[in-house]
Amino acid sequence: MRLAVHKFASCDGCQLSILDCEDELLAVAGAVDIAYFPEASRRMEPGPYDVSLVEGSITTAHDAERIQQIRRESKVVVTIGACATAGGIQALRNYADVEQFTRAVYAKPEFISTLETSTPIAAHIPVDYELRGCPVDKRQLLDVLVASLHGRRPAIPNESVCAECKRAGHVCVIVAHGTPCLGPVTHSGCGGLCPGYHRGCFGCFGPSSLARMEPMTEVWRSLGADDKTIDRALSTFHVASEANAAERARLEADDE
Amino acid sequence: MHNPRTILSHSDLGTLFATLHAEGRHTIGPTVRDGAIVYDRLIGPDDLPTGVVDEQAPGRYRLRHEGTRRFSWSVGPQSFKRWLHPPELRLFRATRTERGFAVEKPEAPPPLALIGARACELAAMAIQDRVFLGDVVDPHYASRRRDLFIVAVQCDRAASTCFCPSMGSGPRVSRGYDLSLTEVVDEAGHRFVVEIGSEAGRALAAKLPLHAATTDADAPERASAEAEAQIARRMPTDGLREKLLGAVASSNWDDVASRCIGCANCTLVCPTCFCTTVDDVTTLDGTHERVRRWDSCFHPDFSYLHGAGPVRSSVGARYRQWLTHKLATWHDQFGTSGCVGCGRCVAWCPAGIDIVAEAERLAEDA
Repeated sequence: MRLAVHKFASCDGCQLSILDCEDELLAVAGAVDIAYFPEASRRMEPGPYDVSLVEGSITTAHDAERIQQIRRESKVVVTIGACATAGGIQALRNYADVEQFTRAVYAKPEFISTLETSTPIAAHIPVDYELRGCPVDKRQLLDVLVASLHGRRPAIPNESVCAECKRAGHVCVIVAHGTPCLGPVTHSGCGGLCPGYHRGCFGCFGPSSLARMEPMTEVWRSLGADDKTIDRALSTFHVASEANAAERARLEADDE
Repeated sequence: MHNPRTILSHSDLGTLFATLHAEGRHTIGPTVRDGAIVYDRLIGPDDLPTGVVDEQAPGRYRLRHEGTRRFSWSVGPQSFKRWLHPPELRLFRATRTERGFAVEKPEAPPPLALIGARACELAAMAIQDRVFLGDVVDPHYASRRRDLFIVAVQCDRAASTCFCPSMGSGPRVSRGYDLSLTEVVDEAGHRFVVEIGSEAGRALAAKLPLHAATTDADAPERASAEAEAQIARRMPTDGLREKLLGAVASSNWDDVASRCIGCANCTLVCPTCFCTTVDDVTTLDGTHERVRRWDSCFHPDFSYLHGAGPVRSSVGARYRQWLTHKLATWHDQFGTSGCVGCGRCVAWCPAGIDIVAEAERLAEDA
């Protein structure tokens, strides 16, 4: 199996999750032919590839062309992480003036050539599997690779983080501690990582497919969170997701 | 069975643990972790809660310190279900061989002793027995259930979320146990009144330093009465099955859906919910594992049909499925209600949705 790992607008953290598969890394390298992975190797072979892992979102005209080429060269395309799957934190620009950002950040903003939006890979090409998370969960990442090797469907359950907390035996931080937590509306995959350390989930895996934000907002309000806090909680890695955007718009309309 | 009540002094609790350990059992019972009373493997009495009481309300659970009792609290987020019907279980492992594949079954679990089971826990176990040991026997549940030793505890206190009397499941522990303890603390000391519920319990009691109960003999009844007096919540069980099935088109389902996050916590904390999904997992070298995990009727994939999508696509439809199964069609399927009145789904719902209040409103609608 020929594997490629591509990077778009992102922090490289998801690619590092591949290298973080320490115990399994040699076995992975033995089982698959890593043909293209600039983060890890100088060897960069041209396609076609059996599986392309894609990190990052589309933020430049060049990105938008390059992703088409990757799709043409790849049998299976898997997006890895919140940027590739939902547009990432950089999608905050979708709700602001990108020129203002470039002027604030860069000494020579005229050198910056960027699109006005940050969009997920699936907005540009058909995607076979999407792995969520900031960063991705390495067990899910390995499972996608192994599943591809053995010709089976990856096991990526579509459920809330609560299901993982309850299976793991974590005590609910909302009910027992009064800590605001996005777990009930967040897609599983992390194993209930943050609540397991007594912290509220901040939604880095994004809204689950049945996320009902209105009652979640009511729970946060009952725990003392004001609307600004809730708005900020929904304005992170998945700010551009439909569910978060709709709830933020509703909160804003409420305010007016 | 002639059932003389005896006394186990608090300082002899360690002997109870040691006697169970001598039989090769792991002792599973209550302990305080992360602000809640959870069930875990206990080494000895030091692991039990000490002077901890709970306060529960819809969507809220808190512990605070009070007194010196070990068992003066109502059930926490977990039930003993996780020890009999584990949240994740490897069903088998298969490895490739030259001529096909070899199947390796999971190791037999060690025999367990459950410590501190309340009446609602025992009622829930009896319901799961009907599910897993009925016409089709689940060998994994059966192997854990078969050698179980149960040390029950009589509740002497109830949470605001408790409603076992209206479900006929408590607070008095009356069957399904080997030994039961009633905790007594007064000027005369800290002790437990021991009731024997089975031959296995009698055999174990014979190895304990028990002495005759004189003035304390009615302590179990007094404790139960005290707990029951604190329970105001009542499930309207009269004709509930018919009423709920007559209310399938009620607008109340949309109302509850507007408050429901759809997170599935109610089903995951329920001591009788038993649904699972099965995943096939492979490792890089081709070893195959089949894993069974707790699932929930609130998950979109649970009722997913190829070509049709999820059969129950709205949260209202999922809540209706859960509630009508639990309180109505469970009777048709297993001959009992699926609810034991433990109140976990009330306390551990982040949105504080109250199954009793919902059932009342739906029953009025019918």
